[in-house]
Amino acid sequence: MTQTITIRGAGVMGLTIATELANRGLPVRIIDPALGPGPQACSWWAGGMLAPHCESESAEPVVVRLGLDAADWWEANGAPVTRRGTLVLAMSRDRTELDRFARLTTHHQLLDGDQIGALEPDLAGRMTRGLYYESEAHLDPRKSLAALRQRLKERGVEFLPEGEAPGLTVDARGLSARDQLTDLRGVRGEMMVIRCPEVNLTRTVRLLHPRIPLYVVPRGEGVYMLGATMLESGARTHVTARAAVEILSSAYALHPAFAEAEILELGADARPAFPDNLPRLRRRGSTLFANGLYRHGYLLAPAVARMAADHLQTGQTPEFMDENHA
Amino acid sequence: MPVFYGTEIDSALMLGTALYPSPAIMADAFRASQAGIATVSLRREGGQGQDFHRLIKDLNVAVLPNTAGCHSVREAVTTAQMAREVFDTPWIKLEVIRDDDTLCPDVIALVEAAKILSDDGFQVFPYCTEDLSVCGRLLDAGCEVLMPWGAPIGSGRGLNNPYGLRSVRAHFPDVPLVVDAGIGLPSHAAQAMELGFDAVLLNTAVAKAGDPVAMARAMAMAIQAGQFAYAATPIEARDMAAPSTPVFGKAVLG
Repeated sequence: MTQTITIRGAGVMGLTIATELANRGLPVRIIDPALGPGPQACSWWAGGMLAPHCESESAEPVVVRLGLDAADWWEANGAPVTRRGTLVLAMSRDRTELDRFARLTTHHQLLDGDQIGALEPDLAGRMTRGLYYESEAHLDPRKSLAALRQRLKERGVEFLPEGEAPGLTVDARGLSARDQLTDLRGVRGEMMVIRCPEVNLTRTVRLLHPRIPLYVVPRGEGVYMLGATMLESGARTHVTARAAVEILSSAYALHPAFAEAEILELGADARPAFPDNLPRLRRRGSTLFANGLYRHGYLLAPAVARMAADHLQTGQTPEFMDENHA
Repeated sequence: MPVFYGTEIDSALMLGTALYPSPAIMADAFRASQAGIATVSLRREGGQGQDFHRLIKDLNVAVLPNTAGCHSVREAVTTAQMAREVFDTPWIKLEVIRDDDTLCPDVIALVEAAKILSDDGFQVFPYCTEDLSVCGRLLDAGCEVLMPWGAPIGSGRGLNNPYGLRSVRAHFPDVPLVVDAGIGLPSHAAQAMELGFDAVLLNTAVAKAGDPVAMARAMAMAIQAGQFAYAATPIEARDMAAPSTPVFGKAVLG
């Protein structure tokens, strides 16, 4: 196969598929109105957690299985991956939330207050119990997408703002593909980026709460991403005051010094999801749709990209393909 | 089976639509529970929730929109009006919350909002406490259903005040009564039905269970068991043992 494959969309799905195809020596080009990753893609606003075991609290086992190799894939393709695990905590009055989380997930170890302090000295004395998922990791989404784009450009892959696509096309436009995929819906998320050099956290920390769960992903140099809400809405408008208040009050509960943080950014977007919240490939004629990463963009994109590439290379029907009208 | 504002529902289980791992699992849980009514929040999800609302309509059960997250009379009334347009139903589960930690109903505002909405043609299902005065005021305001809490929303503690709930049943024998909130286990749901309640409304206990579909089925069975038990007139508890096999005439050996 020597005909160039066109990929529509330069978010996390489009760029991982382009990378996977290019790694296999297949010629690709990318069509995206913005010519690359940016704030128009929901993956721009993501946390970048590579935490398959934590996700199994609410996700099906297949998400864990498909996500286990994500950190390796990202690292092999030039993304800076931080492998320091995930720390899951709860305030003492919410300790049953921690029990529930422990019961529904695996590959964790129960920590007492001293052990939490040994891992993250700034949290010493603040929590008495936590769960540590040593094998998990995180990445910086924007740096990672930029790394993929850079490598693709170095290999001579064209990025075009628009154009017709003769031959095989991969549609990885996320929620924009709703014009073709009517069962796709948006699940709104709101996030915040703050700078707070007074607090030093080196790994992803999740704070459980019955109403307002929070995660904090360190971006380095005192910068943290705080997220993220999950609302059944396709609205991509501004962050609501309620979401901002809730995210900040959770962060403040985790560490009071977060009250002194500078707010660098507020962001909101809608994640593309199918009714079972699992990703899908769909082949219609010469177009292969890859979509529905939901809240698992960076975790599942590598596995879905592999499936897409396998299909385009060999014609085989992969596990997450629910339509094949080639 | 319960009758709400003249509509008979085939199931005594009312199930919420929040917090499920996915809409597909929610739909499976609804099938397993055979719930007759789906409650859905309008306020929390904000605008552009049409896709999710379509998934709710696809469940093919009666939809009871709610005003969850509202903290004032005006907010609740506006949300109810939006809900009537979105779901094309006069039904509204009225929630007005004062305290976010207990999600305890603000009963003063609740009565006021119930009056405004009833006068405007709504059929109001008020989420209230088991206080008899509050329940009476809500009926005066035009409500024909009462939904006292079992325990705070999402707490899974069961029926905190069975005595109070029994009093509500005894004082308002002809009003459809629903235990709304606080159910954690099937045994809690069964207990509510054993007290003579007409239905149970729950959400978190199913949605956040490790296996929501299996828990939905367990709730359905428990509610049916409680319903049968109430209809069968249970025995009274007593302090002394009462042998179920006659001892008179038993052979005496040795």
